[in-house]
Amino acid sequence: MTDCAIRVEGLSKEYVLDAREKGYRTFREAVLDSVAASIRRLRAFGHEPPADQPFWALKDINFEVKPGEIVGIIGRNGAGKSTLLKILSRITAPTEGRVEIRGRVASLLEVGTGFHPELTGRENIYLNGAILGMSRTEIAEKFDEIVDFAEVEKFLDTPIKRYSSGMYARLAFAVAAHLEPDILIIDEVLAVGDAQFQKKCLNQMSAFTRSGRTVLFVSHNIGAIKQICGSCLYLKEGVVRMFGATGDVALQYSSERAQQSQLNSAYKLGADLELVNLHIATGNIESANSASFEIVLRALEETELFDLTVLIEGPAGERVAIIDCRTPSYPHPLDAGSCFVFRGNVETLPLVEGQYSLGLFYRARHSSAYVQGLADLMVSETPRTTRPLCYAAEHRGFIALQCSIEPVKKFAPFTYDKICSLPRTGLEI
Amino acid sequence: MTDRTPEDLFGHTNVTIIEPSKGWRSLDVKELWAYRELFWVLTLRDIKVRYKQTVLGFAWAVLQPVMMMVVFSIFFGRLAGMPSDGVPYPIFVYTGLLPWNFFSNAISNSGTSLVGSSHLVSKVYFPRLVIPLASIGSSIVDFVIAGAILLLLMLYYGLGWSLNLLLAPAFVAGVVLIALGVGIWLSALNVAFRDVRYVIPFMVQLWMFATPVVYSSSLVPEAWRWLFYLNSMAGFVDGFRSAFLGKPFEPQVLAISFAVALGVFLGGIAYFEKVERQFADVI
Repeated sequence: MTDCAIRVEGLSKEYVLDAREKGYRTFREAVLDSVAASIRRLRAFGHEPPADQPFWALKDINFEVKPGEIVGIIGRNGAGKSTLLKILSRITAPTEGRVEIRGRVASLLEVGTGFHPELTGRENIYLNGAILGMSRTEIAEKFDEIVDFAEVEKFLDTPIKRYSSGMYARLAFAVAAHLEPDILIIDEVLAVGDAQFQKKCLNQMSAFTRSGRTVLFVSHNIGAIKQICGSCLYLKEGVVRMFGATGDVALQYSSERAQQSQLNSAYKLGADLELVNLHIATGNIESANSASFEIVLRALEETELFDLTVLIEGPAGERVAIIDCRTPSYPHPLDAGSCFVFRGNVETLPLVEGQYSLGLFYRARHSSAYVQGLADLMVSETPRTTRPLCYAAEHRGFIALQCSIEPVKKFAPFTYDKICSLPRTGLEI
Repeated sequence: MTDRTPEDLFGHTNVTIIEPSKGWRSLDVKELWAYRELFWVLTLRDIKVRYKQTVLGFAWAVLQPVMMMVVFSIFFGRLAGMPSDGVPYPIFVYTGLLPWNFFSNAISNSGTSLVGSSHLVSKVYFPRLVIPLASIGSSIVDFVIAGAILLLLMLYYGLGWSLNLLLAPAFVAGVVLIALGVGIWLSALNVAFRDVRYVIPFMVQLWMFATPVVYSSSLVPEAWRWLFYLNSMAGFVDGFRSAFLGKPFEPQVLAISFAVALGVFLGGIAYFEKVERQFADVI
């Protein structure tokens, strides 16, 4: 007798890269392809069969989840998290393996699936609820709760195309938060809404499992995962890298992320230069700490270096900061085969926690280039115990400003003149 | 707490097995029935959204068939002098347009329905068949409104209502069946081959001329009748005319129409079920 809520055995999913890249096919292409394929098949007769470009999004995944557990799923982009959720939600079929799920499943891979812009908030609650698998009576019973949760009472009869994006997200999550399946599958949906609303949602999910329900939760927000998930599944390149207690898995995950903070192998920049090493602060760096950096270049032929700059870029390739390595003694002459080492220190690296990418710009006698994505820079949160707690990283931009704030206390009557006449410090009255 | 099984917790056994899909599957009617609420909600959505932000609103459901009738009466009835089996041409053409408009709207809507709902297909699980089925719902509303207008027009032209009318629901069922069948085929094909979207308008036009909408089936040479009636819509349009205008039915013709419609419908469902599980990967 099994007591698993979810049991996954040898699950694999294969995509044929070809088809994925081309997007949809037209009939003509399909006909031409099939003609070409039959010719290939004829030619290959007696030889190896022609290999398509298979891509295993998931390979031999095994795990079990007990009822009442909240399991987090982490991994880099493309590790197969979304594919796994899609299979568990029965949206797509696996190529191999078997999944056994005990209980009614609701999956939330996107907030507001099926919302129709022309319909009112009220109509969309019913529409979205039905799409997520709630019955009409179930929705009617919870209607007031949903509206309360979303804080949209005043706009219930307004078409949602007139909603602000915040209202839209709140309404969408409110419907989903009131689903009562036995198993809830959630993909990165907390990214919407403000910090306060996110907290409300996390609380709702915790409450949900106290009643013996099971949650699978994908997020890039390790903080949220640590907060609510008991155990955690770490996917890497389509296989289970680790499955266990959240603390251990999260540690493993961040240490593996950190290992990529150095250049893996020498990178040929141009005809005359090779990049041997590039890193900022081996391993993790905490926000606002100092960080040492190192750049090692090797000259492949005799040359001269005019410019050298390390670029720190955000997740979408936006340039956040640079480290200008020019010194008064520029340009540097380099002999063939000689190595050139730049070492330095960034006094404080005021970056908001997250993953950054390192790039390089250089100009030498015979070549110059702008290279992106050479290594990763992981910045972690500085532990902060004082209140108020930080907002989530994605709301804080890239730079954590160091500022001092002095609150003005007890003022009556409140006049601007009075504030201006105050000494710049010591606002106590 | 984890010692308890889901059955203890929720008082029911609800085990889902997910395995690779292999070949032909049969339709899970029970599951489809369990999703009937989704069907209603999607149908209601289409009906509500249909005439949103239009000035005339539901009046369009009346205006569209009436305007077509007027235009066809002028060009085919007056100018071309089409014979109309002794009935005023406007009524004659309207009895043909009634099922035809429904059919053409239904297959156009359902043919593109799956691709139009790709955001649902790639994000939520439900029996995909619900989408093409529900897409026909709003056309049925227009169909009923247009039917009511026909009954009024007949009074205006001084034509009585005959007992034959009692058989009209059977033809409605037939037209719905063939529309669903063709719609299901097209919607599934459109997922893999977007050419379908461009083929549909052309197909609808050709099909209309193969169906006795603007002309009478008595114009078709006897030798070609068998081929002519393999088109279910030809039989059903004749059936509608007989029902509304009180003419005798042709049981043989109708039997063929129903048989072909049923065949297309079942074939459509079988094909749909076969490819259904790949939709999310291909769409």
